[in-house]
Amino acid sequence: MNGGFIRGGSAIVGAATYGIGESPGQTSMDLAAMAAMKALADAQLELKDVDGLFICLPDDMLSGLSFAEYLGVHPNITNNNRTGGSAFLTHATLAAMAIDAGLCDVALIAYGSNMRTGAGKLIPPPGSTIYEAPYGVSLAASYALATARHMHQYGTTRHQLAEVAVAAREWAMLNPEAYRRQPLTVEDVITARSVASPLTVHDCCLVCDGAAAVVITAADRARDLKQRPAYLLGAGEATSHRYIAQMADITQTAAVYSGASAFRQAGCSPRDIDVLQLYDAFTINPILFLEDLGFCKKGEGGAFIQNGRIAPGGDLPVNTNGGGLSCVHPGMYGLFTMVEAARQIEGTCGARQVSDVNLALAHGNGGVLSSQATLILGSTEAV
Amino acid sequence: MPVMPDKEFRDFLSQGRFMIQCSRTSGKYIFPPRVIEPGTGCPDLEWKEVSGKGSIYSITYVARRNPADSYNVALVDLVEGPRLLTRIEEAASGDAYIGRAVRARIIDEGSDKVLVFVPDDERQQDRGESLT
Repeated sequence: MNGGFIRGGSAIVGAATYGIGESPGQTSMDLAAMAAMKALADAQLELKDVDGLFICLPDDMLSGLSFAEYLGVHPNITNNNRTGGSAFLTHATLAAMAIDAGLCDVALIAYGSNMRTGAGKLIPPPGSTIYEAPYGVSLAASYALATARHMHQYGTTRHQLAEVAVAAREWAMLNPEAYRRQPLTVEDVITARSVASPLTVHDCCLVCDGAAAVVITAADRARDLKQRPAYLLGAGEATSHRYIAQMADITQTAAVYSGASAFRQAGCSPRDIDVLQLYDAFTINPILFLEDLGFCKKGEGGAFIQNGRIAPGGDLPVNTNGGGLSCVHPGMYGLFTMVEAARQIEGTCGARQVSDVNLALAHGNGGVLSSQATLILGSTEAV
Repeated sequence: MPVMPDKEFRDFLSQGRFMIQCSRTSGKYIFPPRVIEPGTGCPDLEWKEVSGKGSIYSITYVARRNPADSYNVALVDLVEGPRLLTRIEEAASGDAYIGRAVRARIIDEGSDKVLVFVPDDERQQDRGESLT
């Protein structure tokens, strides 16, 4: 099976974030609308140009309809697929297919959440079962179970996990948008307050407000709107389960399939990728995804990221915005991976800009390692 | 009479019985309960009492501000195949670890019956060093 859209047939021409950190008094929809207007301005487009609308909000099951009303647009295609944090990467795939099929010309993908100033804590998605409810399994506990098993099975160390958090922080320190920018050491991570063993508070993503949006249009139009569009070259999506107890091998995610599909469609391999944005809800995530996407062998992710390999100055830049661990995590981080990947291709990342980025990989995770979605973006040269 | 998987599971539990569905065709045990076997769609599921024997696949200790409120969450693989999310009780410090043999116990929690697991020393000794 192929990815389903024309390789290089469409591109991100606008990308923006808004309200990262604390935005008291604004609703999730207010934040999403602000990010959407910034992304449209970045694309030199207007609201009236939007005829494809994609959104997933934390607190609105019909957010596609609500957002169309809020913006005052009447889209030909409206979609609020909710696979968790990966949803926005699936939106991008569908948007590219819709553009190919002539269903829409300008697709807007948006997200906003006031999780910090509104809810005040990380809200798990609704829907628990009678088979989990009595045991108090938090999101962190689910990921901790995966972490503990990975350590047991492959010898991944506490120190290696901490290095993931430290690398994210070092990138965040180069990003003025990032929410957490004070220095962080491996020692700080390991000795911090435990959340769910072996994870400490620094192994867990931030809980903050924030919004993001991207605008996607056909390649021929993209060239007129943007000097360096980020073309959609490949995509893949895979779902393996919903609840953590039903994940067959808790150390291997469906990113194996979403990644293979994305690489096949893009016509490239892991060694060609210049920069990666991986959904890092917890420190184990980038380790799992680097393995499952084929950047190293299964079980070797911990050793792979050691000694600053994914940090600024390392061989393989990962999560250059600071990730969900240090930049922004309002509950569903996926769209921020696309924003940062597009910005790295555009070359507008300032102090954290990686040189000569032609291929960027964005990867989203949803549920409890349940949904995986991979997107490969490329520069004009890569098309 | 329609199959009501969740209700039937809970009714069995309230009678003190740990029952799991099994496909008559494939002989495969499935959990959580459903009206069909996942993957095949076969509706020929029957309830069977299981041994309650299993081993810990993974475990985490969830920290609370008051350490006395901390608790564990574990994944247990039953010898019959299915994996369950549960809690390990009655384990001395350090005695609930990945690979540890455990057995099921149905306990009262308020007005509900809850399935937990406790260390199974008999089977642990049988299996000896191979579990480490």
